[in-house]
Amino acid sequence: MSDAILWYTSRGAGAVTLILLSSVVVLGVLGTQRVHSPSWPRFLTTGLHSNLALMTLVFLSLHIVTAVVDPFTNLGWAAAFIPFDSNYRTFWLGLGVVAFELLLAIVATSLVRGFIGRRSWRAIHWLTYAAWPVGVAHGMGTGSDTWSAWMLGITSACVAAVAVAVLLRITSGSRDPLAAPRTSFRAAVDRRPPR
Amino acid sequence: MSVLEQIERAHLLGRGGAAFPTATKWRAVANRSRGNAVIVVNGAEGEPRSQKDRLVMVTKPDLVLDGAFVAARELRANRVILYIGERHTEARAAMLRALNMRPERERRLVTVSHAPARYVAGAEAAAIHFLNDGIATPTNLPPYPFESGVGGAPTLVQNVETLMRVALLARGLPAGGTMVTLAGAVARPGVLEVDPQTTVGEAIVTAGGMSEAPRAILVGGYFGRWLDTQDAWAVPLAHGQGLGCAVIGVLPASRCAICDVAGIMRYLASESSAQCGPCFFGLRALADACTRIAADASKPDDLTRLHRWASEVRGRGACKHPDGAAIFLSSALQVFAREFANHAPHDMRQTA
Amino acid sequence: MSRPLTLSVDRIRCDGRGMCAELLPELVRLDDWGYPILAPGPIPDHLLAHAQRAVDSCPVLAIALRRAEGKL
Repeated sequence: MSDAILWYTSRGAGAVTLILLSSVVVLGVLGTQRVHSPSWPRFLTTGLHSNLALMTLVFLSLHIVTAVVDPFTNLGWAAAFIPFDSNYRTFWLGLGVVAFELLLAIVATSLVRGFIGRRSWRAIHWLTYAAWPVGVAHGMGTGSDTWSAWMLGITSACVAAVAVAVLLRITSGSRDPLAAPRTSFRAAVDRRPPR
Repeated sequence: MSVLEQIERAHLLGRGGAAFPTATKWRAVANRSRGNAVIVVNGAEGEPRSQKDRLVMVTKPDLVLDGAFVAARELRANRVILYIGERHTEARAAMLRALNMRPERERRLVTVSHAPARYVAGAEAAAIHFLNDGIATPTNLPPYPFESGVGGAPTLVQNVETLMRVALLARGLPAGGTMVTLAGAVARPGVLEVDPQTTVGEAIVTAGGMSEAPRAILVGGYFGRWLDTQDAWAVPLAHGQGLGCAVIGVLPASRCAICDVAGIMRYLASESSAQCGPCFFGLRALADACTRIAADASKPDDLTRLHRWASEVRGRGACKHPDGAAIFLSSALQVFAREFANHAPHDMRQTA
Repeated sequence: MSRPLTLSVDRIRCDGRGMCAELLPELVRLDDWGYPILAPGPIPDHLLAHAQRAVDSCPVLAIALRRAEGKL
């Protein structure tokens, strides 16, 4: 009985992780778009983004721990940290490990952003666009509930939300009003020899 | 007495516009130099109406180079860079001819760099950024040039006229006075060398007097300030008292002050390097408001906004460009208060 | 007695995101284009925690706390 609880908890935590991670990505994109209103201050977007990212890690950890500890799954701790090490659905589970480690790197660098500087932080943060789809693929490939109505519904909603956000990110230009004049002035005083 | 002590005793001030005590600058570099200091000879002269630096380079290039190599010896520099405006062809040719006549041990220290022909390219931080990375935009200070400049080494950026005066001091001669450029409604516009404590009025008289009845005088070029003619007349042409790059512009009463001020503000706005929001947007708003007043009748809101923006823009850029423009405009608002309040639309197509 | 802390903005890095003014309205207000105008002087003790939060929240790390006569 307790084993079943571990099993269901892991699947449930996985679903919650998917929802949270998708929200985090959408909020991250909203942050770049500088959307705000009197009832939605700017710090709400970035604050929620950071806090939900931490929550994502919490649920992700729960998802991993319950999966490993569950005697039914025969997953050792190695399988949780070394991609493609498990025997059970090796490839799809491995994707999950990859996503997990990418997210760890992204969150860790964000916590020490002041020390590593903006360039390095930003380079790692771009990996979000890899971590999210890899995580979704893991869920669909490994998940036992993938084709159940509720899980399909959740996955579709998350994919749709992130797709819209990414489309918005790609199609909107820089939201920095100085981007164009700065570039053109720079070009006017740039005398570096062309490569 | 070392050259540094001579400069200190003469209380020499820089001629590049900031009027910084030359000896202080030299000491700061000397204290940090480990034989790696860099001397940047600043002949960029980006101020549109100023001609004095070009004249110095064309007529006294040997003195400028003397000053540069005196600095190199005193500050233990291993590089001398001639940073000359890319369009100042005559000046550059004269400097290179003079350079060719120097001994080999001096010539091998020197490289030549063509400063982009933009207003901010002559500022110290922009010059150093250009020499380091090839882009003449101002950077944040600190680090200051004397700490870390060209190639990270302690750097002296010195105006060509200042170096000429250093050379004179090093020869045991007096540093001399000040070079000013007279522009606008004077009989003989151009460059004058005046003794210390000569006044604006005396300089104008020396230049043949005014060619028309004056409305006001701009002391210090676009980085300076407007004064009523009678207030300006007794002002001594002494660096350290807001002389800037020493352009004296006489505005005749026949020209529309508002239109001219608007034109200069548009120029200053377009010369912002667009790195800092307050400067780029603030100067543009100030220029647009002046232009609107020049083209249309003024509204009371415009004047309130002009005063507010001019005070808000100060100190909020990485360099002093917005400050210079704000001081220029604030002085215009004061001196031309009547015109700003009562400007009536008229044909704006007067020549600049 | 330690030197007081003040706010300082890297004007080139700042691109007018406005988080600082939301989190520290007592000391930061935005101009007509969304760029910060800082109140001069040392940060009052009761606002130090808010100031730190404002500094941490800047997406481009343009605002910082500095000791009055030098860097933090």
